Order: sequence, then structure tokens, then C-alpha cells
Amino acid sequence: MRRYLDFYLSSMRISILSQIQYRVANYFYMIGMITEPVIYLVVWSTIANQQGGIVGGYTAGTFAAYYIVWTLVRNMNIVFTPFGWEWRIREGNLSMELMRPMHPIHNDIAYFSGWKFVVILLWLPLAVFLTWVFKPTFDITWMEALVFFIAIWGAYLIRTMLLSLLGMITFWTTRVSAIFELYFGFELILSGRLVPMTLMPQWVQNLSNYLPFKWTFFFPIETLVGAMSTQELWAGVGMQVLWITIGASFLSLVWRAAIKQFSAVGG
Amino acid sequence: MSSVVSISQLAKYYQVSEREGGLKASIASLFNRKYKNVKAVDGITFNIEAGEVVGFLGPNGAGKTTTLKMLSGLLHPTSGSVDVLGYEPRHRSHDYLRQITLVMGNRNQLTWDLPALDSFDLQRAVYGIPMDQFKATRDEFIELLELKDLVTKPVRNLSLGERMKMEIVAALLHRPKVLFLDEPTLGLDVTMQRRIRAFIAEYNKRYNATVLLTSHYMADVEALCKRVIVIHHGRILFDGDLSKLVNQFSSYKTLSLSLQNPDVDLSKYGEVVSKEDGRVTLRVPKAQTSQVTAKLLSELQVDDLTVEDAPVDDVIDQVFSQKEDA
Repeated sequence: MRRYLDFYLSSMRISILSQIQYRVANYFYMIGMITEPVIYLVVWSTIANQQGGIVGGYTAGTFAAYYIVWTLVRNMNIVFTPFGWEWRIREGNLSMELMRPMHPIHNDIAYFSGWKFVVILLWLPLAVFLTWVFKPTFDITWMEALVFFIAIWGAYLIRTMLLSLLGMITFWTTRVSAIFELYFGFELILSGRLVPMTLMPQWVQNLSNYLPFKWTFFFPIETLVGAMSTQELWAGVGMQVLWITIGASFLSLVWRAAIKQFSAVGG
Repeated sequence: MSSVVSISQLAKYYQVSEREGGLKASIASLFNRKYKNVKAVDGITFNIEAGEVVGFLGPNGAGKTTTLKMLSGLLHPTSGSVDVLGYEPRHRSHDYLRQITLVMGNRNQLTWDLPALDSFDLQRAVYGIPMDQFKATRDEFIELLELKDLVTKPVRNLSLGERMKMEIVAALLHRPKVLFLDEPTLGLDVTMQRRIRAFIAEYNKRYNATVLLTSHYMADVEALCKRVIVIHHGRILFDGDLSKLVNQFSSYKTLSLSLQNPDVDLSKYGEVVSKEDGRVTLRVPKAQTSQVTAKLLSELQVDDLTVEDAPVDDVIDQVFSQKEDA
């Protein structure tokens, strides 16, 4: 356990040092990323204003709050992608990782966790700017803030498990970008990334309850923006834990089959 | 002595899809895909004792790297058995991985934008190396490879050779007992090759490490390996002392001589390989060496004459061509 803690801290340190080297590139990447929520925000704020200031319980202010928190959650949700898996298997880089006495997923989790600290630091001025422009409405309790902090890491872990599982398809076939795109399509609709889930048709909302996506976007955002009871907040964290456990179990199962399939192409 | 590496009837077969070029064949392959069985490694057997440095030779595609990957647990064998340090590599047990290393000449485990010292520290955490041991080993290797002024530079600013030396340090920080080295001097200049060779030899001596090395540079093999295993088309052609390989497969010797009159026709004595600065190199069938030497000395005015075995490169070429013809 102590060795893993030492490894996580060392890998996070390496990640922070590396990402600081690319601070300008990271900033431009972030600016590019906020274009998406800003478009959603402008559209929904306009609709809300035209419909007497409220749509599905969201005012222009709560829409602004939703999409500003969205920018942080989105950044926290950046994980090692299936495209990355495809690249590292095709280029042979996975071989070197497999030589370590440690599952490669630990390095992925640790490295991207370290990156988050740089991301949060870079996000703060952008959040201040968006707050100044769009005037969000927040009413946050200490409990909500605490659950939000836990939920963004929970979201990160769920997404790591899901996208790693998806990436492992590359062990069987090296060109699976189309499957990845299909996944991202589902995620866009069922996670709350496109619009808050409460604005979706009831059947979509019902469906999303049985899938992991909404626990990676909608739930963490709603802990700060919505009006959930303490019980609902912790139940949401419980659902995240459940999905992390399910994801990790599948990951372990698929990994065992995948590694037998590994042909160590490219080195 | 006990065997550290023990392989018996090891095989790795791949199924590779194949089709003719062109649109018609491409469409046809959608409905009727044809596969070909490729025998990358085809039933090889050998043992390596503790502390041995063995050269694993063969042309491209012979099965060297596939064997190393099976030994290091990256690939699952199709059949046969592998035992390294009492472990079955395909299980990739963490205890096993802590005792071996695989160095590939074209692989990178260093963080590109940071000084190598940071990557070394990550290796410490990966392998759980106690801090005192880590510092002692790191400093020892830095000194041996003369890296003191380089370890603080970002890896991206290092030359290929400098980077390779860093890679080797990173790969050996946990003091592995078994080293699988796949082309460790690939693309490096002669000086850098020599330094890496010396380092591997020193590591082997200090830690009694077992080394299995593939290289296309015969200088690596000659400097490090007493024993060589030659593999071709996935099968072992030779396993034994390097000197025995030369004796067994070399059909000629090389005579190098300086003559007072270098313009004389020497073709009747043997095949003239080169003629430079008054020095002539002749290739003579091994059985006739003493006879030709005596003839040269008695018939010509010779200032200097040396008799050498054929270069190992040529011998290896000959092994492969003999087997191709067979």
C-alpha cells in the first residue's frame, strides 16, 4: 500500500512538472474547451429569457452556474482516452509499461490526477472571467461543497474505468475509432453534458438512471447548482462508488483476456 | 551451476491475414478472408546459467525479439515451456518483474520534458527501491556511464546515445538479476557503443547478472559474449562458444600481407579481397591455409604476414546462407 502511495505521489509530481512545461498549450486547450459550454449557455440563456426567464426550472443565472461548473467538471473528466490506448498499443509503448511490477492503469490514474492540479490552477482565472460575464446564481452549502469535491474525483474514476475498457478493444483490433465516437455520442446525450438531464424527455432521464454517464457530469454539477437533500447527495456518491466498483471489476476481467491477446506489435 | 533461464520446445505462431493487392481482392477478402500461419518461434530449447552473457543472433524476423518478449512475459507462448528464475514469465508476477529488465533500443521510458533524474525517481517508486539503495545505485551508474553533467538536462535535449545511456540506467536501477537486451546499441556511434558494452560487462561482473543480448553489431557480441545462440526462421541453428561457431562454420581464413612489390598478381594464391597502401588481404580456404602461407613466404618477398579467422559477421552470414541452401 505504501509503495502505491509513493508511486502515486511520484507520478503526480512528474505529471505536474511536465504539464507546467506546457502551460501555454494547456491554457489554449482550455480556452478551446470552454467554447462548447459557452455556446450551450448563450443558447439556453436566450431561450430562458424569451420564455419569461425560466426553462425547466433553470433561470439564466442557474444555467450560467451549470455551465461554469461544467467547465471544471469537464476538465476533471479528462482521462487517458481510447485513442491513447490505440496509440500506445500500436506504437509498442504498452510493452514498456507492462514490464513494470504494477498494472498500467495506476500510472494512467496517477498521471492524470497530477494533471488536474495544474488544470484547476489554470481554470480559476477563466471561472472568474465567466462569472463576471454571465452572472451565475449559486447557493452552496458546506455539505454540497464537500460532496462536490468527492464527486468530481468519483466522476474522474468512473470515466477512467469506462474509457480504459473501451480502449482495451484495441487489444483485439487496432482501428476502433468508430466505436469510440458512438460511445461519445451516448455520453453527450445521457450525461448532462449537452443539456441538464432534467430538460431531457422523461424516458431519457429514466434510462440515464441505469447507466454510468450521468454520474460523471450531471451529478457533480448538480451537487453545486441543484437543490439536493443531504440524503440525495450521499446516495449519488454511493452510485459513483457502485459504478467505480463495476468498472474496476470489468476492467480486471477484460484485462486478463486482453493481455493473452496482446501481440506486442511495434516493440 | 543452476539454470536461470530454461526454455523447452518453445513456440509462438501467429495467424496473419493475407490477400492479393487491388480492389477485387480487397472486396473478395471481405467475404473470404485467408489466413497464413507464421511460425515466429518454432520449438526452441536452451538453458542459460547464472552470470552467463549469451549473444542471441539472427537476421531480421528470425524470432529473436519474439523470444525475448516471451521470456519477459509480454507474449504468451503458443506451446512449450519457459522458466526464468523459477517463474513462468507469462503470469507476469510482480516478484518476477522486479528481478528482470527488458531494454529495447527503440523504446522510451523517460519523461521527455524533464531531466532524467525525475524519471529515475519514478523508477524508484515503481520498484519500491529503498532510498539508500536507490541513491547508491543511481550514483554508481551515473559515474560508470559518465552522466553527471547530463542527468539534470531535459531528456529532449540529449543526443540519441546519451538518451540510451539514461534508458539503461533507468532499466537497471532496481538491480535486476536477468537482463534481456534487444539491440541496446542500435544507431549509436562507435564510442557510445563501446561505453555501453563496458557498462554491461561491469554490471554483469558486479552483480553476477545473467544477460541475453541481441545485436546486429558483432563488436557487441565479440566483446561481451562467450556463448552465442544463432536462430533463423524460428529455429536454433547453433548454440555454443563463439570460437566454436567460427571454427565450425568458417570455411576460410584471411591472410593479410605487406609485399615489397605490391603489384604482383596474387590471384593464384587465393581470392584477393582488398589491396590498399601496399597491404593485400587474401581469402584462402581453411584447409589450404598453411600450404598457401608457406608458398607465399617462399615465392614472394614478404615484409609482414598475419593469419586471422574470418570476421564473425561473415561467419554468421555463412551460417544463414548454408541453411538457406540446405
